[in-house]
Amino acid sequence: MPKGVRRRYLALKIDSEEVFSSREFMNAVWNSVLKLYGEYGASQTGLALIDYDEEKRFAVVRCVHKAVVTVRTAVASMTEIGGKPVAVHVLKVSGTLKALYSKLRSA
Amino acid sequence: MKRTFADLHLRPNLKDSEQVRRMMRKASELGYRLISIPLPTNLPEEKIQQLRNMCKEAKVDFASRIDLKPQTSRELIHSLRRLRRKFEIIAVACKSKPVARQAAKDRRVDLLSFPSLDFRRRFFDKAEGELASKSLASLEIDIKPLLTLEGPTRIRLLSSLRKEVAVAQSFHIPIILSSGVSSELLMRMPRELAALASLFDVNRTSALEAVSKNPVDIVKRNRGKLDPRFVAPGIRVVRRGNDCRKA
Repeated sequence: MPKGVRRRYLALKIDSEEVFSSREFMNAVWNSVLKLYGEYGASQTGLALIDYDEEKRFAVVRCVHKAVVTVRTAVASMTEIGGKPVAVHVLKVSGTLKALYSKLRSA
Repeated sequence: MKRTFADLHLRPNLKDSEQVRRMMRKASELGYRLISIPLPTNLPEEKIQQLRNMCKEAKVDFASRIDLKPQTSRELIHSLRRLRRKFEIIAVACKSKPVARQAAKDRRVDLLSFPSLDFRRRFFDKAEGELASKSLASLEIDIKPLLTLEGPTRIRLLSSLRKEVAVAQSFHIPIILSSGVSSELLMRMPRELAALASLFDVNRTSALEAVSKNPVDIVKRNRGKLDPRFVAPGIRVVRRGNDCRKA
């Protein structure tokens, strides 16, 4: 029996005065991954938005566990969303959503 | 054991004390415990003490640093003689090959840095590596250009960095990853700097050491040497004067 895909959940904090929609945010993340790793590299990340809070400027994205460094690098290299300057920081990384939220609560 | 993360190259505008304070606070929030800001040579001691106090408020350690930009190797030697005992970190911006070679072989130099955009002046080749391996110099890589550049320039920079990192690793020269930023929005967490180093083939362990162990070791070593009790490597004054008689 083939094993299921191992995934990682990344909690992200958007450091900016502005408010962005989830679509704007994910477009910026995808653009950053594409710029650094190309379409082939981006296709291997399995990137998906799981949770997004506009007001708290907080997001959770999911990726394949082998692509954590790729996604972390792409997210770190983001300097703007829709022409507005931002910094996006990875707060926590976890294997399950439950563990991720509990790590965030205890931090 | 928990790592102590360090950013040895923050570049706030020293005239804007509010910005300096904000960047120090931000560094603390991002997880750094040691920071360094390049200072001008003529900065009075009170101002340096003021920076140390601001860092103390932000709960980060501060190391004084000077960036030398000599035109000739003679000028470099002269500056090192004058400034080595005044600053905890000495970085040399290598703008010419003779300066780069002199900086690599001089044991008073801590960090070698090269212009990020002028690719012809990145002199960190095998000869430079061999000289640096026999001294105490480390290769400093600023992450800022990787964030601000795009397209062919960034591609070329990554290619140069990949070659330099390969040379540094083959000669066991420590690599230091610094931010080199002058604005808070360009500051990144230590693990993000380490992740960005994967773009030029630095493995995870080496990248984490480049933002923790390597910079902390430089500061520890130099603080030991600047201590008035230091005589020579491995020799320290333990007691002097009347203290000797008590023992």
